[in-house]
Amino acid sequence: MAFNRPDSNRRDHFTDAVFPSPFHARQNAHNQMRVWSRWSDYLSVPAYWCAEMEYFAGRNTCGVFDLTPMVKHRISGPDALPYMQRLMTRDVSKIKPGRVGYSVWCDDNGQVIDDGTIFHLEEGVYRICSQEHQIDWFLTNRLGFDVTVTEETHDVASLALQGPTSCAVLKDMGLGGIEQLTPFGMAWFDFEGTRLMVSRNGYTGDLGYELWIDPEHAEALWDRLFDAGEVRGIRAMGSDALDMLRIEAGFILAGQDFLPAMEAVRAGHTRSPFELGLAWLVHFDKGVFNGRAALLEEKEKGSRYRLVKLDIDGNKPARDSFVFTKDEKYAGTVTSAMWSPSAKASIALASLEMPHGEPGEELLVEIYYRRELKWNRVMAPARVVKDVFWDPPRRRQTPPADF
Amino acid sequence: MSRKYDAIVIGAGHNGLTNAAYLAKAGLKVLMVEKNEWIGGATVSLPMYKDWKYSNCSYVCSLLRPEVYRSLNLAKYGLQVVPYGGSVTISQTGDIIGNYVDPDVTRREVARHSPRDADAEVRYGRDIMRQCRFIRKFLLRTAPDPTSFKPRDLFEMLHLYKETMKLGEDVIYDTMRFYTMSISDFLDEYFESPLLKAAHAGSGIIGSALGVMSPGTAYVLLHHAMGDVDGNAGAWGFARGGMGAIAGAMHDCFTDHGGETVAGSPVHRIVVKNGRVTGVALENGDEYLADVVVSNMTFPRTFLECMDEKDLDAAFLKKVRNFKIRGSSGKLNIALDGLPDFPALRGNPELMHADMHLIDSIERLERAYDDWKNGIWSQDPYIDMLIPSLTDPTMTPPGKHFMSVFVQYVPPKVNGQDWTDEQVQAFGQTVINQIDEYAPGFKDLILHAEIRTPRELEDEVGLTEGNIFQGELTMDQLLFNRPIPGYHQYRGPVRGLWMCGSSTHPGGGVMSAPGANAAREILADLRKPNTVPEGWLDD
Ligand SMILES: Cc1cc2nc3c(=O)[nH]c(=O)nc-3n(C[C@H](O)[C@H](O)[C@H](O)COP(=O)(O)OP(=O)(O)OC[C@H]3O[C@@H](n4cnc5c(N)ncnc54)[C@H](O)[C@@H]3O)c2cc1C
Repeated sequence: MAFNRPDSNRRDHFTDAVFPSPFHARQNAHNQMRVWSRWSDYLSVPAYWCAEMEYFAGRNTCGVFDLTPMVKHRISGPDALPYMQRLMTRDVSKIKPGRVGYSVWCDDNGQVIDDGTIFHLEEGVYRICSQEHQIDWFLTNRLGFDVTVTEETHDVASLALQGPTSCAVLKDMGLGGIEQLTPFGMAWFDFEGTRLMVSRNGYTGDLGYELWIDPEHAEALWDRLFDAGEVRGIRAMGSDALDMLRIEAGFILAGQDFLPAMEAVRAGHTRSPFELGLAWLVHFDKGVFNGRAALLEEKEKGSRYRLVKLDIDGNKPARDSFVFTKDEKYAGTVTSAMWSPSAKASIALASLEMPHGEPGEELLVEIYYRRELKWNRVMAPARVVKDVFWDPPRRRQTPPADF
Repeated sequence: MSRKYDAIVIGAGHNGLTNAAYLAKAGLKVLMVEKNEWIGGATVSLPMYKDWKYSNCSYVCSLLRPEVYRSLNLAKYGLQVVPYGGSVTISQTGDIIGNYVDPDVTRREVARHSPRDADAEVRYGRDIMRQCRFIRKFLLRTAPDPTSFKPRDLFEMLHLYKETMKLGEDVIYDTMRFYTMSISDFLDEYFESPLLKAAHAGSGIIGSALGVMSPGTAYVLLHHAMGDVDGNAGAWGFARGGMGAIAGAMHDCFTDHGGETVAGSPVHRIVVKNGRVTGVALENGDEYLADVVVSNMTFPRTFLECMDEKDLDAAFLKKVRNFKIRGSSGKLNIALDGLPDFPALRGNPELMHADMHLIDSIERLERAYDDWKNGIWSQDPYIDMLIPSLTDPTMTPPGKHFMSVFVQYVPPKVNGQDWTDEQVQAFGQTVINQIDEYAPGFKDLILHAEIRTPRELEDEVGLTEGNIFQGELTMDQLLFNRPIPGYHQYRGPVRGLWMCGSSTHPGGGVMSAPGANAAREILADLRKPNTVPEGWLDD
């Protein structure tokens, strides 16, 4: 079956409301539940068979997640680095060719537009992956710089391979030397007549890789992965499982844990990097960048909010909950919450009003939960914790173990 | 080295470890003494063959109290419990009945055997869940003393009464019957398919010296259904790295809180002076002192093997001797060169990850029990087996497998005589032959097999007669009857002596509840702040 690909030049773009990813045929074969969701232009799978089993693949063996719908931009040209320095809050010069770095970018008010991953593909060529479409902002930022900005979302197929056996699977697949790849490194391999790029990073807080290839070779890549992974517990993983994995790892999601600044109608509904716990991504010493002045001011005067991790008593997920102080005064709201099968705790990310959220602070979380159609409410004691809920040493080990 | 401790825990089974960890967490100076060179008791993974890992005794986890898991921070100490999802029963004719992760798939699978039964599963599930919800409230809680007028016991009796009343009239009647019925009779009230009944009945006899038609086995089923994995009631999982990972995490927690362990020499005597405990003497001659001594050993082993009978009352000793702790189980741990081929499961790979049972009918289960009564191992045994290596990549080299094979029934003695090595081998062969009938060529895949009868379980783990639960789980030995009336609150008959093993309430399985409850009682007696969770969170 031949599928159309999303293409902004096509006049009949509206005839396909949503497009199959280059991995669609393989996803379809694995998708026992036959349920599809959509992710931007593409069909995506919430759960192939059982979200929990897929979650455990990510923590116990390895899971494969189709990343293709991620928005991807390529930045190149003589001024690529200075351009990136203006765009990003972090010092991009520290991301050497062949390295990957996480970053956020802000508007002039120091409010986060989006977060994403920067791939320094080769000297002066970057790929930025993000959740939201950014072409307008990225082109605006070109002013004064000699750079080319193109969107390449649909030209690159990508898979995340995440979990403790992921390195072993890639080794078995014939990617020689992959075990030497350090966290946030990139490597290139010949793959059936094309180039396969592999980066060691992910959205699960565990050992994991992302694989990047041209869409024509997408199915071959999937097949080779699953052939190699069969004896190492490989499984297709849907977005429900990925969401669980990222919450445990303390990773934020645009539109969930913060509102992209370009979308915010109401005052006070955006967040600065400081307010998202991302101070480590703001480098004032690198010179000018969007939002610098505002962020400097915030640093002096203090922030309005703090994104924190909560360890909540009991076992009821605190989805959409209000957070209160011990004497039941409003302190903030939960942004993401779940029962963590790996931490064996009810965990949450929450946005609190300052001065709340110092590690160790004791709070109350108001949880509504339903049992046999009856709604119940608990005020569950909770603590602000400093560490992420899941952070195994194998995430950083090079070479990683086989499991 | 100082030899005086605040408390000594005898036995590093998972309950001893739980107990010791809570005592250490409360600030006590705790010594753990274990007879084996290794820790874990029946929750253990020993290196046996090349780089294979085994779960030598217990093999799946569900009962472990989530409150203990969390409060001892076992996740931080590296414990991961991974659900495997589902089960399947394979009959001699090659028919199967699968229990899948997806409820609708399962319903259609049952409907293949009986459309009525597919519906009846809903009612059955509801009734089991009612009983689970009832019993779970009493697991992490000391059982009340119905004869005592102490305010605390009156309160606990009232709690028991209130919870019972909450069930509603019909369910109270059902509950009374449930605790005394046979699993066979119980299942007859719901189902008609022989294979489905057999599939459910297995959990009614695991570890029990009773048959599917014996009264009391309905409760044994409940004992296997009352746990959960991440809130999925009745689900079971593997401890990643084998069951020894549970003991390992607990031990790390214990050590982190300053606990010390001496392993490799059994306790020879629990030393009593002037009617109170003063410490322990090991077989190697070392002695350690403490005013609190906690035994993780079985009830009979504690009093009949490690104490001077003269220190104990005659009536008490008689009750200890009469404690029902009959061994009935065996186990094979097998290293496989590849994945066995079960023709009945071809095209159904998901079920290879599941808990596999080889059985057809209630009658066949009962005949397996007849052999046990006759003093021999079942010639046509009930087999409960899993291939953890399909789920857990840490167990074997890739493509190779570990198979855990649990067997009912295996008597503590063969025709009244001690097991001989030849008989142990013959028992193993019976089991291997049985599996080979369902998976032709299975025998040729075997690289190594560890064969365990009650003899091995008693010699290695110290499980009296090889009973896996440290005592039969029947009404006369449950709640305030466990191990015996009057001694159900973890206190022994001598001052300073405590019990924390599965012989105490709420019984066997990798649950940690006895160890935790005992720690709570000890800390209360010592007037220390409580570090032990109580009750049940989910309601
Ligand atoms: C073959 C088998 C399979 C099982 N399968 C499962 C399962 O899959 N899931 C499940 O939940 N449960 C299972 N069980 C039951 C469960 O494993 C036990 O009920 C539980 O582990 C008992 O724990 P415990 O801490 O109470 O005692 P034990 O594990 O019996 O620990 C007692 C400890 O005391 C030590 N000891 C004994 N004598 C002395 C002495 N004189 N001096 C010093 N130390 C001594 C022993 O070495 C041992 O370490 C199984 C049991 C067996 C045997």
